[in-house]
Amino acid sequence: MSLATPLALIGRTVLRVLAAIGRVAIFAGAAISHLVRPPFYAREFLNALLQIGWLSLPVVGLTAVFTGGALALQIYSGGARFNAEAVVPQIVAIGMVRELGPVLVGLMIAARVTSSIAAEIATMKVTEQIDALVTLSTHPMKYLVAPRLLAALIVVPLLVAVGDVIGIFGGYFVATGSLGFNPAAYLENTVDFLEPLDIVSSLVKGCAFGGIAALMGCYYGMQSGRGAQGVGRATKGSVEAAAVLILAANFLLTGVFFSI
Amino acid sequence: MTDTPTPLPPMIELRHVAKSFGTKPVLRDVHMSIPRGTSMVIIGGSGTGKSVTLKCVLGLIEPDAGQIFVDGHDMHEGDRDAFLARFGMLFQGGALFDSLPVWQNVAFRLLRGALRRPKREAREIAIEKLRRVGLTPDVADAFPAELSGGMQKRVGLARAIAADPEIIFFDEPTTGLDPIMAGVINDLIREIVTEMGATAMTITHDMSSVRAIADDVAMLHDGVIKWTGPVAEMDRAADPYLQQFIHGRAEGPIEAVR
Ligand SMILES: Nc1ncnc2c1ncn2[C@@H]1O[C@H](COP(=O)(O)OP(=O)(O)OP(=O)(O)O)[C@@H](O)[C@H]1O
Ligand SMILES: [Mg+2]
Repeated sequence: MSLATPLALIGRTVLRVLAAIGRVAIFAGAAISHLVRPPFYAREFLNALLQIGWLSLPVVGLTAVFTGGALALQIYSGGARFNAEAVVPQIVAIGMVRELGPVLVGLMIAARVTSSIAAEIATMKVTEQIDALVTLSTHPMKYLVAPRLLAALIVVPLLVAVGDVIGIFGGYFVATGSLGFNPAAYLENTVDFLEPLDIVSSLVKGCAFGGIAALMGCYYGMQSGRGAQGVGRATKGSVEAAAVLILAANFLLTGVFFSI
Repeated sequence: MTDTPTPLPPMIELRHVAKSFGTKPVLRDVHMSIPRGTSMVIIGGSGTGKSVTLKCVLGLIEPDAGQIFVDGHDMHEGDRDAFLARFGMLFQGGALFDSLPVWQNVAFRLLRGALRRPKREAREIAIEKLRRVGLTPDVADAFPAELSGGMQKRVGLARAIAADPEIIFFDEPTTGLDPIMAGVINDLIREIVTEMGATAMTITHDMSSVRAIADDVAMLHDGVIKWTGPVAEMDRAADPYLQQFIHGRAEGPIEAVR
């Protein structure tokens, strides 16, 4: 008894996690199967593009520019210890494009988009709007989930690209403004140093993180419990899950690109 | 080789339907039969599972046991879209899409899918249906959140009847309406049944509404249909549960605290 209890606890937790992974996988499969079959709700898709992409630009831009600037300062002070201050443009470029751009954009999207998708869909669930959709012969997966998922898959890589560029310029402004770098040489070094694979890895990560962010928002929203409390739990759960999964996926993808 | 016409099956039939949530049984053994083109009203205490019954017929909630037939066919047979296209439903809370203006809520079905038609025509139909529930065309472009509770309910009603469905479910259509508007809605429901031949299933707590709408009445209590019969027989029925309910007495077999 005294030994079985903690074991049972571990067992139950493992089973719960496995069951959750299974449910999310089934949900993702259903979402993708609805994505590729008609009808396609163009208006919902365009609206999702606007919400996820365009309206996220300010927060993505601000995050990237400050991070790029701070990165340049850190690399400069770290590099100065062994007379390697000159590597600032190269390391800023790699750091932003390979890691920080995708991760920061992914986390910002989790905060901004996942939460709003989850809250919106959960509210619709709680107020029977999802049931109403079904009775009006409209599949919620097709009408609510597929357009958001597709929009995120397309637009988050673009946001990552924008974030990468702005982050690099954040570093550029700090380096040329206060660290005494030559502007033309800085940009030249950046461009020369980046390889196509860096950019591909950045965009692939963006696509994966966008998919995770949209799916988690939709999944938690659709699973929401009843009442305002249900909506609150769904929103909190979706952001936690999206953030953790994005960081885990980033680790895995970095491993994959490292081995190429 | 007999040529006796087989009688038409009832439009909706529930047999032995049961549903629990967790350990709490809500429906235990529900039987119900609604002939085509008639109006059935379900009455019963709060929380007895009236809304759950409607949702079971629509397939929004899967019963734990029992069978549901629509037009003689098990509801799981055949194409789900075609099945749902026969229904209109007014939800108890309205369930309007708050991201869409009122007219697009009403015309939702007419703007997409099999019943799709040009936008202008869909809008005209929406405005006509809004007029039938006593709303003026200027609410058409408002958003649901800008309307009062009673107005939202009527928009939900307009949406339920927008595509002229064969079977219409009304979950408390007159709750939250003033007496005059409630009268308008009762007349509308009656008209949809008698003139358009639709089959209606209405939940209401309002006894004057029951008398205005119903052909038949069913009383749900404790997970079963306690009494069912034509509305004319309701007052003469001996069932103590029914009598307590229709006269709104606090004393009787139905406990006030449930
Ligand atoms: N999705 C659900 N999950 C858990 N319990 C539910 C769910 N839907 C309904 N219930 C429970 O089933 C019971 C019956 O609910 P229902 O909404 O059918 O009541 P009702 O007869 O329509 O009452 P009212 O007249 O107040 O609308 C309630 O106790 C409710 O808590
Ligand atoms: Mg109800």
